[in-house]
Amino acid sequence: MSRVLVAMSGGVDSSVTTALLLADGHEVVGATMKLWGGDSDSGCCSVSDVEDARRVAQQLGITHHVFNFGADFDAHVVEPYVQAHAQGRTPNPCVECNRHLKFDRFLRRALQLGFDAVATGHHAQVVRDGGGRYRLRRGADAAKDQSYVLHMLDQAALARTLLPVGAMTKADVRARAAALGLRTAAKPDSQDVCFITSTGGRAAFLGDRIPLRPAPVVDADSGQSLGTVPAVELVTVGQRRGLGDAGDARRRYVVAVDQAAPQVTVSSTPPTTTRLGVVDVTWTDQPIGEGTRVLVQCSAHGAPATATWDGGGVVFDEPHRVVAAGQSVVLYDGDDVLGGGMAA
Amino acid sequence: MTAYLDNAATTPLRPEALDAMLPFLTEHFGNPSGSHAVSRRAKQALEDAREVVAAALGCTPSEVVFTGGGTEADNLAVFGVDGTVACTDTEHHAVLHSVQARGGRVVPMADIAEVDADLVSVMLVNNETGVINDLPRVRGLLHTDAVAAFPWVDVAAAAARADMISISAHKFGGPKGVGALAVRSHVKLKPLLQGGGQEADRRSGTHNVAGIVGMAAAVAATVAERAAAVERVGRLRDRLADGLLAAVPGAVETGDRATKVAGNCHLRFPGVESETLLVLLDEAGVCASAGSACASGALEPSHVLTAMGIPRGEALSSVRLSLGYATTDADVDLALKAVPDAVARLRS
Repeated sequence: MSRVLVAMSGGVDSSVTTALLLADGHEVVGATMKLWGGDSDSGCCSVSDVEDARRVAQQLGITHHVFNFGADFDAHVVEPYVQAHAQGRTPNPCVECNRHLKFDRFLRRALQLGFDAVATGHHAQVVRDGGGRYRLRRGADAAKDQSYVLHMLDQAALARTLLPVGAMTKADVRARAAALGLRTAAKPDSQDVCFITSTGGRAAFLGDRIPLRPAPVVDADSGQSLGTVPAVELVTVGQRRGLGDAGDARRRYVVAVDQAAPQVTVSSTPPTTTRLGVVDVTWTDQPIGEGTRVLVQCSAHGAPATATWDGGGVVFDEPHRVVAAGQSVVLYDGDDVLGGGMAA
Repeated sequence: MTAYLDNAATTPLRPEALDAMLPFLTEHFGNPSGSHAVSRRAKQALEDAREVVAAALGCTPSEVVFTGGGTEADNLAVFGVDGTVACTDTEHHAVLHSVQARGGRVVPMADIAEVDADLVSVMLVNNETGVINDLPRVRGLLHTDAVAAFPWVDVAAAAARADMISISAHKFGGPKGVGALAVRSHVKLKPLLQGGGQEADRRSGTHNVAGIVGMAAAVAATVAERAAAVERVGRLRDRLADGLLAAVPGAVETGDRATKVAGNCHLRFPGVESETLLVLLDEAGVCASAGSACASGALEPSHVLTAMGIPRGEALSSVRLSLGYATTDADVDLALKAVPDAVARLRS
């Protein structure tokens, strides 16, 4: 038995996480991070979510705390998100939240309070191998796997992290919550970025914080101008929606975004590449050697591609779609995360 | 054991308040606005209570408006008068947010006397730091939030200059959800709530008779015991504050103790986050608080400490141990052991 602090978001996964740890005989305390004070659809920060978490904790008979990490969230997640867009990158704020909030600020506070470990409701698995090293493995439910957004966990963090629902399917998690009568059993999964509302979207959020500039859309195939996009800061390489209509019903992809001009270049040929540079790389264990064969995943639920690590990026076996700068690139060995970083 | 040291948040119900309330939650259930015997019993209790509260606030019974608590009393004062409004930057949110909602001015305490507004609101005692304020002379009407003052200060005397005075029952051993606004007869007050015209058209809604009776019992007990409580609790507070200042390296006391109410011990422990400290104190059985909690229950940096010029980081290292009429030596003993232990652990 150990003392575990569960990060309770108010969702079904962390609710069941709490119940499972209690059933396993751990001493469990719950805590909800208050991260965002602005508008939110639901995400992980609204008052009603804190209330859900608190009620589940009460139902399970454990202590529940609220930690106000709003200033850290602004500094490490929101502001970098805004700046990344301003600089033409496509950030992944959930990854930064995991890196700086859940598995840094929250984990440090838990250790300070004398807890042995933290637990979250992520669908991924921490496995201890024969040599006593910790591995981060894909969740048992392939469709819900969240190992991608946890790639920054290192041995120190993995040694202090429990992810009990990672071994279950989402359907089993919901069934367990229902069997326990937890109020979160049928609560919808959180979607997208918690501080962006579905009504306003990214445009409204960013438009309040940085100037959004319209940009002409030019067809690389014909040289023809296809109109304009309202905000070049919101356009991502590889994107194929919201680019206006050339009148010929052909699907077009963004192949280049020139922030300085500003100009968006599109083509009917999807942009591909054979090498992807990866920066700010972290490893779950030792760094891998140059020439190591890896599986590469470039979006939360994208299919992994086979490639070779060249020390500063990956060389794909087959041409791969271009990955927007700022997106997380995660390297796997089978189902185990080796590490990851940001597309250069 | 538990040491309850959050009496500025709320106090335990006084036995005399509970005893006074019980008949009005059972046999004397009448609506005081009716005309029959059952109503008359409730009406009599209501008016008896009004006299007790009026005497304690230094006003006439007809100047007492019963409300659903301190927040409503503050809102009624700020929204109930025509013209411009202003307050200090250390007010409770019930005043601060009301003044802001009316587009009023918020100024430092030092400047409040110079503000030209039709209503100025200045709290008698700060709820976080316990600092007692001298009420200024102002051109227009003066409202004072005496919620944090009432347990310790003779409000009738200290707020004699005020045109309106707010109190809240649960801060001095009364029940939650009931308070009063004293409104001197020359003040033209508009109601917040439209309805049956109770409280001389100043606060519609059927009276919370049991709550009002309980508040009056707590008022009577508080006034009768106040001088003795200030002395007894003041000694406990001094032992607590002096003990912690001696035991915790770097600890700083907020405010000049000579200007504070007896029940307030507000300390800062640089390098320690209050949120973390409160969790450890909770585990050790010490109930304390820091700043004010927002809707989610998360701690917010205190606007009071910020207004006092205390840097944000230091404001987030504060803890308020507030004593009350029921605080004992044993409570202080537990805190004197638990707080230094917790701070040492967090600094290690």
